[in-house]
Amino acid sequence: MKMKEERINPFKPEMMRIVRRYPLTEDVMFFQIRPVDTQRALSLNYLPGQFMMISVNGVGEAPFSISSTPSRPGLLEFCIRKVGSVTSALFGMKENSIIGVRGPYGNGFPVERMKGYDIIIVVGGLGAAPLRSLLLYILDNRDQFGKLYFLYGAKKPKEMLFRKEFLDLKERDDLTCLLTVDEDDTGKWPCYTGLVTTLFDYVGDVDSENTYAVVCGPPVMYKFVIEKLVKLNIPKHQILMTLERRMKCGIGKCGHCAIEYIYTCIDGPVFSYWDVLHMKELI
Amino acid sequence: MKVIKLNKKNFQKLVEVCSKNWEVWGPVKEGNKHVFKKIVDSIEFDFSYTRTIIPPKMFFVPPRFNMFRFDRRGYHEELSVTPRIIFGVHPCDIHGILILDKLFSLNYRDPYYMERRENTLIIGHSCIPDDKCFCLSTKTHIVEEGFDLFLTDLGDYYLVWIGSSKGDDLVKVRADIFDEKISMEDIEKYIKWRDWHSKQFSLFIDFTALPDIMELKYNDPIWDKIAESCLSCGSCSMVCPTCNCYNVHDYPDFAKGEGVRVRFWDSCMFKEYSLVAGGHNFRGKRADRLKLWYTHKLQAYIGQYGKPSCVGCGRCIETCPVEINVKTVANSLRGEEVECFWKRI
Repeated sequence: MKMKEERINPFKPEMMRIVRRYPLTEDVMFFQIRPVDTQRALSLNYLPGQFMMISVNGVGEAPFSISSTPSRPGLLEFCIRKVGSVTSALFGMKENSIIGVRGPYGNGFPVERMKGYDIIIVVGGLGAAPLRSLLLYILDNRDQFGKLYFLYGAKKPKEMLFRKEFLDLKERDDLTCLLTVDEDDTGKWPCYTGLVTTLFDYVGDVDSENTYAVVCGPPVMYKFVIEKLVKLNIPKHQILMTLERRMKCGIGKCGHCAIEYIYTCIDGPVFSYWDVLHMKELI
Repeated sequence: MKVIKLNKKNFQKLVEVCSKNWEVWGPVKEGNKHVFKKIVDSIEFDFSYTRTIIPPKMFFVPPRFNMFRFDRRGYHEELSVTPRIIFGVHPCDIHGILILDKLFSLNYRDPYYMERRENTLIIGHSCIPDDKCFCLSTKTHIVEEGFDLFLTDLGDYYLVWIGSSKGDDLVKVRADIFDEKISMEDIEKYIKWRDWHSKQFSLFIDFTALPDIMELKYNDPIWDKIAESCLSCGSCSMVCPTCNCYNVHDYPDFAKGEGVRVRFWDSCMFKEYSLVAGGHNFRGKRADRLKLWYTHKLQAYIGQYGKPSCVGCGRCIETCPVEINVKTVANSLRGEEVECFWKRI
């Protein structure tokens, strides 16, 4: 019987506390959480691009990309848009509420392989949620990577996630931070106007063989951004993207995220453009 | 693997021994179909059955069960397993369980499946195919692993294969009812039975090069044709021995401030299967969902493990109300003339 209690149940969420939450935009909330057990909080490790399953008692469980970086341990951060039942319930939870969390899951970005390369990060809208993790990871390990470009397009200034944080990045000289909005309804937007693809005009010459490009955004964005990246001669397997699927387990059992012979939750959610070209249904 | 004999007169004694330690289950006739049921009296067994409505996956992944009970303090695992012994499992279904074993133990161990699997004994039983059985084509008509005992019916006695140490222990308890001497006559009788058995098939499906054909015909209009008839009822998934997809729901009890997290069978034929929050549906089209079902079993799995994750049990043939099944789909993809409901529409 004792054995049974020690057996690990990978479906069992661990209890975490919401330590801070505030709105990033009208419908996106920022959550900082940490395991109730402090020791666990400090030992929790993950990779940029991985995701976790968050449970709200009585409502259900859903997958969310981690927005924080493992280089700043102790807290886990998530950007959550109110789109479904679990997210609506999360919006109703105050600081110090307890939620169930399990993970991290998924392959994450191959940060070890990306070291020494120039990095172009291209974000549209809520795509900032997983890519902020990578951006902060690179900034925290700045000497291990080459040039860094951060391109972010949002619909309107107030819809840009982490607007202040990213505007501040423009003052750093160790990365090129290019921000744009489709439409500036404030008249005070200090950066570019236009689609995210227009930002490529300001990227300049790229050492394509030595570059990794990372893309995340709404489905419509991929085609146009990838066109730009291919034109820059970045090898297809060095163009990375992170994909969304319905998931009920996160560990390759429930079947929902299956594509051909792979599971998005285990073999993804990070795929290369090469994978996308050779696998149907990926995007 | 050791082989011994059991006289059918002693079969009931074997069941008696089993019922002392396990809940005994087996094939029982209900109306004109068969189902696995809990056995009280061994006369209820009907080993002449061809296939049950629901495959034995129900013992390891029940159609609906509680994963956790939750309250304000957290999630509490709900996993109490009744030790069971299942009689009369056919080779195709044992192959189905072997496929599920792989899926539920790979990468992460699914405790809900594995606990049940480890606490369930499987007593296989030989079968006689009907016109919907095609396990000869999937090479699952014979089984060499995955069972504890396997009984081959040779008239007034069984040849008993001992397939595990648990099976061996079970035999040991009543060694007196078994006959350990296998004569030349028995061996000849068995070989003859095997030959006879493999000649009883009337349905053959050629799976050779099917992955290639499926790859090349991914955008073939045939999928839209099939989709026109499909009812998205999900029956094919429910009866398939290797379909394992599931959904999860929380059921809260607000008055008590607690609730349960329930896991239940799902099907990739359902419209909501690939629907994500925000309304995007990755497989909103019925044809895309059909393609997933068939390519997953007959293309992707072959590519990964060298054989289809179809065990030839014929349940999809028997169950689908519009004749969308492995037979009609695989044969039409191969370019054969197929006569069935969805072709006539």
